[in-house]
Amino acid sequence: MATINELRERIHADSSEEIVAEYLEKIEKSKLNAFITVSKESALLQAREIDSKGHEGPLAGIPIAIKDNISTKGIQTTCASKILTGYVPPYDAHVIEKLKAAGAIIIGKTNMDEFAMGSSTETSFYGPTLNPWDTKRVPGGSSGGSAAAVAGGEAPVSLGSDTGGSVRCPASFCGVVGLKPTYGVISRYGLISYANSLEQIGPFGSCVRDVATIFDVIAGHDPRDSTSVNREANYSSALKNDVKGMKIGIPQEYFGEGTDKNVERSVRDAINTLEGLGATTIDIKMPNTKYALSAYYVIAMSEASSNLARFDGMRYGLRTEDSDWHTTFSQVRAAGFGDEVKRRILLGTYALSAGYHDKYYLKALKIRTLIKQDFERAFADVDVLIAPTMPYPAFKIGEKIDDPISLFLSDVDTVPVNLAGVPSISVPCGFTNGLPIGMQIIGKHFDEASILRAAFAFEENTDFHTRQPEGS
Amino acid sequence: MIGKKDLEHIGWLARIELSDEDKEKYTPKLNSVLDYFSELDKAETEGVEPTYHVLPMSNVFREDVPTASLSQEEALSNAPKNQHGFIKAPRMM
Amino acid sequence: MYENPDGVMIGLEVHVQLNKLKTKVFCGCSTDYHNDPPNSHVCPVCLGLPGSLPVINRKAVEAAIKIGLALNCKVEEHTQFYRKNYYYPDLPKGFQITQYDFPISSGGYITIEGEDGELKVGITRAHMEEDPGRLVHEGTIDKSKYTLIDYNRSGMALIEIVSDPDMRSPKEARRYLDKLRNIVEYLDIFDGDLEGALRVDANISIMGGQRAEIKNISSHKGAERALLFEIVRQKNVLRRGGVVVQETRHFDEAREITISMRSKEEAHDYRYFPEPDLVPLKISGWAPAIKATLPELPDARRMRFVEQYGITDDHAKALTSELKLAIFYEDVAKKADPKMAAVWVCDVLKGELNYRDLTVDAFKKENMQKIIELLASKKITEDGAVDIIRTLLDKGGSPDEIVKEKGLLKVEGDIVATAAEEAIKENQQAVADFRAGKEKALNSLVGAVMKKTKGRADARTAREMLLEKLG
Ligand SMILES: [Zn+2]
Repeated sequence: MATINELRERIHADSSEEIVAEYLEKIEKSKLNAFITVSKESALLQAREIDSKGHEGPLAGIPIAIKDNISTKGIQTTCASKILTGYVPPYDAHVIEKLKAAGAIIIGKTNMDEFAMGSSTETSFYGPTLNPWDTKRVPGGSSGGSAAAVAGGEAPVSLGSDTGGSVRCPASFCGVVGLKPTYGVISRYGLISYANSLEQIGPFGSCVRDVATIFDVIAGHDPRDSTSVNREANYSSALKNDVKGMKIGIPQEYFGEGTDKNVERSVRDAINTLEGLGATTIDIKMPNTKYALSAYYVIAMSEASSNLARFDGMRYGLRTEDSDWHTTFSQVRAAGFGDEVKRRILLGTYALSAGYHDKYYLKALKIRTLIKQDFERAFADVDVLIAPTMPYPAFKIGEKIDDPISLFLSDVDTVPVNLAGVPSISVPCGFTNGLPIGMQIIGKHFDEASILRAAFAFEENTDFHTRQPEGS
Repeated sequence: MIGKKDLEHIGWLARIELSDEDKEKYTPKLNSVLDYFSELDKAETEGVEPTYHVLPMSNVFREDVPTASLSQEEALSNAPKNQHGFIKAPRMM
Repeated sequence: MYENPDGVMIGLEVHVQLNKLKTKVFCGCSTDYHNDPPNSHVCPVCLGLPGSLPVINRKAVEAAIKIGLALNCKVEEHTQFYRKNYYYPDLPKGFQITQYDFPISSGGYITIEGEDGELKVGITRAHMEEDPGRLVHEGTIDKSKYTLIDYNRSGMALIEIVSDPDMRSPKEARRYLDKLRNIVEYLDIFDGDLEGALRVDANISIMGGQRAEIKNISSHKGAERALLFEIVRQKNVLRRGGVVVQETRHFDEAREITISMRSKEEAHDYRYFPEPDLVPLKISGWAPAIKATLPELPDARRMRFVEQYGITDDHAKALTSELKLAIFYEDVAKKADPKMAAVWVCDVLKGELNYRDLTVDAFKKENMQKIIELLASKKITEDGAVDIIRTLLDKGGSPDEIVKEKGLLKVEGDIVATAAEEAIKENQQAVADFRAGKEKALNSLVGAVMKKTKGRADARTAREMLLEKLG
């Protein structure tokens, strides 16, 4: 795992082309299945161009892997679904434009749960991604490919998206850093929606500084996204090894029943480390957390049922044998979507349908208000909240896939953050039986600076982030 | 609880053709999720406003100034079937 | 009092396309697509490509407010967009962005000429939404083997104006549509001559029965025909002892019939919810500001014309029924006698234009001014003026040239007198008949005078001259 700074030196000494070629070779030899599409030709071409012409951008010549639900002009973008296989967007997402302008080189599109619906990257049409720490285990999801690529040394940095934990969960399971920004800080233009009121694009890296560097490049106002906020920030400058006086809240509900004892111990040790560095801690109550999972899933599925209605096989994507319009539409979708996607669309359709709208959808949105208020109350007293990212380390492939509820339950600590729209970063904070543990540091709206600072200070004083799985 | 008839109706509303096997397979799973969702009923939400947008934003506009469109070739490039510049869909009835 | 013998109740949903905006409602694609190939004015947003997001065109909101005000609606201070979830090949996202709760305006009315005098038609609501694409069927919708889609129209700003079911006949429906079209044209946000500019869905019931919704009506004439057909159809159903079922029917413009669209899709459940990709609009203060800039509307202009130009209410009504005509008239009236201008524009020019299926654009206002000037100074006859108008429309040229070419200048009095003397001399039988009390015989003498002067005599003058000489 090389950092951006290390790569910059090597690009300077050797060339971007050599570095890109090394990563491509690594991907080619890998068994992790972290990538759906590798853009070998265009990546090498771009690297050669940067080598010959030079580039002033902050990411000049640096390879990056992109989750396959972010539109890349000229590069297949599938959402890990059969229904979008072969779809080549004629436009770049806002974040891709930003990355290209900064000189970054897109080396490929990473595997994910189909349409980001999952927490294990097992629902991909292209098969599961394996966890680099233990290939019998899942990398987490839904951005499993992006996290595994960084952990496995197949890309120095990558982008994922986080609807209910989809960046933080795989960051935690793969032992890398992953950030979910405040809703609205990164443009969603070009991100293929799963649940648009909840999701944000977020960067992965092997250290907090790399994540902040990417974040600096891709954040900022975009007039093409009506929910994009307009405020200037320099996140890298927030990276100070100093948490003196920082008030840390410890939400009791996040250490509840179902939390692995080793996970809890590691996170509490990490909090002690920060206390040792001058932070103060206080226990916090967030009483509506218990409703978060249900509310989250109702909202996400409802929005998804509408967001995924455009996949009809007319303008793009899979097309089956023509019958009449409505029958063809139903058959395209029967053939193109996987089981988990179908179930979520069906449930979302049900939750919005006549007679059930108020019971499910509206009720969930009211609970969303209560959860947001929990956070507002907490942040009146503290600067950040710290909790486990996931209640347990990476589970085995196939272990939970047939039990939707137990899979949902793994998101218990991540989804409240999306309901409230606040930022959260997951950083490695320990190991159990050779598997990484992640803790999340949650901030107020737009206060990424505080969580990045806490994460950076923790990282500077520990070495969990430097450990690497064998073979990476 | 969703029965077979309900599932057929939802499948039609969502335009996802469901085989008998699918219906057998999905019904218990969907019902276990709905059962879990009944948790929502326990929350006291009297007088609570729903949060549709998590940030209090309003009035985001663009000006009435044209920007570039795609070329016809780009627009049709992903369409499985097209004819004379049109996208071809199945018959309506 | 109109009896409404069949108990007809008609409500109309009119979709007005804001085609004078430069761009679509949620993307920057140009609205100027009417002469371009299909799918050449589309972008990721209006093509519904995965990952694209809508952003509201500010001018579309302003136009919606203008329409709300012009229809005497209450314009809301808080409004937002919803998703209406349904599936049709012209709908690229599988939902339409429209309004549901909190429409931008509601609760208005317009007045039309009803079967028995002035009729106030209620406006339930006028809300914003996006236009779907255009579908082309080979032959008819029920027989076509496939459907072709052009998304150039997709994402055009629409205002859907929903009326109360206040109309009692197809004629009233047509008048309502004419009035509505006239009002939005006055607002300068809509060009009714462009294809697809105004489309109508009609709800109609008779005898208190269930209503049928007729879709795909693209003109006011079409609306009248579709409704006439539908009344007959529903009456026949009742006569045979049947029951009219609530359903959607498709108007086949070519065959002038409505076709049942009955199918499983009838089980609509639109699952409306607020569009997460668009934030709410808080527009208090917009309506008063826009109201101050609102142009004069047809009814106000009609009253002003009567007052300012002293013309009849019938003429004022006819002149203001079309924005272009009203502007034309007022331009002419600035430099010519306003009363004569009203008569000649309404009673002559309009008819000649209609006969040729032309709009007033086809006639220069300077020419009309000149013609009225010639008439007022008695240099040409009324017949000559009609001749000039027809020649201008058919062949072009200028009034002066036509007068010269055709020799239309009115001839002098002594020539008419000479012609009258000759006519009396040459038509003794007619003179005798006239003297015997046959009034009609005078007409043949007038005809003889006109023939001798090659039509350049004023018929009234010739008549007076003859009477004088015979007297
Ligand atoms: Zn467009």
